[in-house]
Amino acid sequence: MQNFLDFEKPLLDIRSKIEELRHLKDTSENIANELSNLQDKYDKVLGDLYENLTPIQKVKVCRHQDRPKFSQIIDQIFDKFEIISGDRLFSEDRSIKGGFGRLDNKNYLIIGNDKGNDIDTRVKNNFGMAKPEGYRKAQRLYNLANKFNLPVVTFVDTPGAHPGVDAEDRGQSEAIASSIRCSINVRSPIFSFIIGEGGSGGAVALATGNKVTMLEHAIYSVISPEGCASILWRSANESEKAADSLKLTAQDLLDLGIIDEIIKEPIGGAHRNLESTCSAIKERLLSYTQEFEGKSSESIISQREQKYLSIGKEFLIS
Amino acid sequence: MNWITNFVKPKLQSFVGKKEVPDNLWETCPKCSQMILKRELKVALYVCKHCDHHFRINAKDRLESFFGNNFMIIETPKIKSDPLKFKDSKKYVDRLKKAKKNTELEDSVLVASGTLNKTKVTVAIFDFNFMGGSMGMAAGEAIVTACNYAKKNKLPLIIFSSSGGARMQEGILSLMQMPRTVIAVNSYCKTNQPFLSILTDPTTGGVSASFAMLGDLILAEKNATIGFAGSRVIEETIKEKLPQNFQKSEYLLEKGMVDFVIHRKDLKKKIISILEFLNP
Repeated sequence: MQNFLDFEKPLLDIRSKIEELRHLKDTSENIANELSNLQDKYDKVLGDLYENLTPIQKVKVCRHQDRPKFSQIIDQIFDKFEIISGDRLFSEDRSIKGGFGRLDNKNYLIIGNDKGNDIDTRVKNNFGMAKPEGYRKAQRLYNLANKFNLPVVTFVDTPGAHPGVDAEDRGQSEAIASSIRCSINVRSPIFSFIIGEGGSGGAVALATGNKVTMLEHAIYSVISPEGCASILWRSANESEKAADSLKLTAQDLLDLGIIDEIIKEPIGGAHRNLESTCSAIKERLLSYTQEFEGKSSESIISQREQKYLSIGKEFLIS
Repeated sequence: MNWITNFVKPKLQSFVGKKEVPDNLWETCPKCSQMILKRELKVALYVCKHCDHHFRINAKDRLESFFGNNFMIIETPKIKSDPLKFKDSKKYVDRLKKAKKNTELEDSVLVASGTLNKTKVTVAIFDFNFMGGSMGMAAGEAIVTACNYAKKNKLPLIIFSSSGGARMQEGILSLMQMPRTVIAVNSYCKTNQPFLSILTDPTTGGVSASFAMLGDLILAEKNATIGFAGSRVIEETIKEKLPQNFQKSEYLLEKGMVDFVIHRKDLKKKIISILEFLNP
């Protein structure tokens, strides 16, 4: 049985009726017609709901437990993947994964947040919240990409960097800052895909692409709506207002010039169709690869720098 | 020292003091509760003479304490409009207006160039009084401007941070100041001129996790709070009491995250001394 979100209650109701009728094992025409009607209704309600998701609903969709995660996406997109582990300094942080990937005979270096697909991996991966060792592994990977001139593909899906005493003690701020700096200096192109939750500075560390692309229902924000609500409205219950105000949806971010493109999700969201979601990502990746092929390192670095330096310029008076 | 001087005396003094003295002459130290003449406090660079508590110092006083009157303000871009039309309990534009009025600043970062012991330097200074020193587009652009100015004129760059992090009211546009400022600092650093990052109370969030932790040297003022996540968030997450002195300058020094912890009165001398090694 699928996991339904709270705002999907109308869908759940229709689905229960469908299940009920199916349970009858009645093959009469009446039942068949009703089943087909119900299925049509289900598809229509699903389509309508997802066509008009509010920001807070998108927040829920992008955090959906069945939303495609790093390892599933890698399996679907790449022909081959060789995992790379460890920061060589402290430990292995499973919330950030990386390695070499091959697609259509081209080599890539892949870095991504991995929230985990089930309870066991979610706990092991600290729910996708990286500690300094995760960001330092990312730096190793960026440096490898730079050395061997491999295009980098990043997959962003994190609530944010881990807030904890251990993370602070080992220099969470420095680790994030250095990751950003490291990525800025990579001479090969970086293609960033925000596939789920793009949470704050922890997300930026993996999202400084020459191309930044978001799945239709992914979010990218300076702070979680809950965090923002508890600070500015002094109540976490106001997270719906905060989600509206923060302009964290892919559509808002495209308008603000933060991202380059939106990848449309299958009807009902990425979690309802892993294959078509991944084939859409793959298609964009191949097209970006082609676009950047033959470009000089200088032009790649400079395009990336200029892209960020020009963000928000239209809102300033010099 | 005993419990009478530590506890009873300050309590008594603050109790008596509050009633008898006019507000505008005195400042109460939030740490030891002693009354200090405002005039004296300014001369002492806003450090309590009784307990060495470092008050937050505004950007203009910081600038004067370094250069006297011998500096030049470098103009930086201002926000034209409120792109998100952000409104919580108040409109963002009203918060901005109020902050401008209270601080007489255009935004949270002041950029200037001045001379320190014959060496010309570029400085960028955060003012915590301006919306918690938060970094939005104007502050980010000020850091970029400071980097470009220092790069163009081949000057050492000194950034004094005092910021709660990104400015939520500018949403993603404030988050983008992290890569923007890192790019600017990174590009400046390729000129092999020194970048000194001075962390003052507080330096957290998007500021500490971007340019502030990338200084060639990182100096922290005494007892400043420095970290990525807020201590309340951490406490709620781990549901344990935090270690003593957690996220304080002295704690960070022990963890190897900063080069020196320094008293504000010695800061200028220290910077001059370091620059003599890096910029002979």
